[in-house]
Amino acid sequence: MSNTPLEILFERVSKSFSRPGGGPAFEAVRDLSFSVGRGELVAILGKTGCGKSTTFNLISGLIRPSAGRVAVQGHDPYADFAWFRGKIGIVFQNDRLMPWRTAIENVALGLELNKVPPAQRLEIAASWLARLGLSGHANDYPHALSGGMRQRVSVARAFAGKPDILLCDEPFSALDEHTGNALRQEFRNLLQETGATSIFITHSIDEALWFSARLMVFERPARIAYETTLAPETSEADRAAVRDRIRKVLSGEG
Amino acid sequence: MALADGEGAPAAGRFFAFTRFRYESVVALAGLAVVWQIASLFVPHFLFPSVPEIATRLVEIFTSWNSLLDMLATSGRILAGLGGAFVFGTLLAIPMARSPSLARYAYPLLNFNQGIPALSWVVIAIIWFRGIEFRIFFIMVMTTLPAFTFQVLDAYRAMSKDLFEMTLSFRPTRFDLLRTLIWPTVLPGMLTAWKVNLGNASRVVVVAELVGATGGVGYELLQQQQVFDMAGAIAWTLVLVIFVLVVQGVITLIETRALRYRAIAEHAL
Repeated sequence: MSNTPLEILFERVSKSFSRPGGGPAFEAVRDLSFSVGRGELVAILGKTGCGKSTTFNLISGLIRPSAGRVAVQGHDPYADFAWFRGKIGIVFQNDRLMPWRTAIENVALGLELNKVPPAQRLEIAASWLARLGLSGHANDYPHALSGGMRQRVSVARAFAGKPDILLCDEPFSALDEHTGNALRQEFRNLLQETGATSIFITHSIDEALWFSARLMVFERPARIAYETTLAPETSEADRAAVRDRIRKVLSGEG
Repeated sequence: MALADGEGAPAAGRFFAFTRFRYESVVALAGLAVVWQIASLFVPHFLFPSVPEIATRLVEIFTSWNSLLDMLATSGRILAGLGGAFVFGTLLAIPMARSPSLARYAYPLLNFNQGIPALSWVVIAIIWFRGIEFRIFFIMVMTTLPAFTFQVLDAYRAMSKDLFEMTLSFRPTRFDLLRTLIWPTVLPGMLTAWKVNLGNASRVVVVAELVGATGGVGYELLQQQQVFDMAGAIAWTLVLVIFVLVVQGVITLIETRALRYRAIAEHAL
């Protein structure tokens, strides 16, 4: 828990999904409580299917909880849907670019939906593309870009609107190691520069430790099995111990 | 540019694909004309008029003001009918896509409609309505609406959930969602529906005009049949074919422009 003003709050949140054709509901999140302070960067770890993405969708207001309360900046992200326009940026696992829009038009999408004037949004989008090394590809359609380039466009799209809250759902998992590492470094710099409150979902312990001081490990159905905050001065030995502990929690031994 | 699917020489590829298509089309149509001309030498004139005679009649149609009016009337009826079916079909498809319960009721009605022959709609329209133009419009809409609805519905349902969620994450207004996501998603299906329905519409309009109109290509075909003028019948048929081909070409141009973002696989060149 941070001492900074509260940005994201989960109070005993549960989420179940009904199965097509009946049968018992699938419980994705159970009695989950946590809070994130303004400007904080939190990494959520967990095995595939542990409800990380459901938690992510609850924060972003794409789904509503079956029980409990989710508040983001004091508002219900599902009920006060329009209130969050321009406030949340999301980097998804896959690039999710609109194939009929060029790279620059994809980056400008959030700005366009936030009613930023055309000339201004294109200028902002162009500067973000340049920042991510895609200046020469502004007018390329997604099919003409590599996977790494597409993900850069999607990162630019999320940052371009200067969101207060940035949600990242395993943004590098679909990239090869070299491309992922290069983008990871840029991404961390951007996070530090913008100061946005960030939730970073990953299944990589090293990635989580590298990105964030605060880590939450989820078990299925999504609830916190382990949580820790590392100080900048934490020694390598202590970090290794945390890594080992997380590994055990993830494998069910801890 | 990196890792493009089929990138490299798309413009050249499209050009050669286009010219090859035109070359093959010309050869096929010229072959048909030659076969017809040979047949006209051995078969009675009133059954197989010569190609020059048909061409002469075609020129007469295109140079006669009254014939041009007939041609324009039919073209207008086709476009108005298709436009109406497109609007009503889309207006029906969107709520069907958003409401499964509405879709469960609407599907059987559309399927039922699919089974009704165009000629039945002609008879029904003649009994129900007085105005010729409205009769034809009604027939056109009723016969081509289901195809538009099904195409738009399929395109809407095929919309990527990922893209939908991504767009929603920016909190668009309903109009913005329609403009930025739904419209571009359903556009390819709509263009396909226009192309498919155009052929159907040209057949239906002739039947409708044949029975109930006092002008248009169908009416002119009836005149040719009454005087047993095969050259005239074929020339008027060609007028309709030319119209369909021109509109198909316009739709293809729109498609090429609107769907230019699509990757072209080299094997398709």
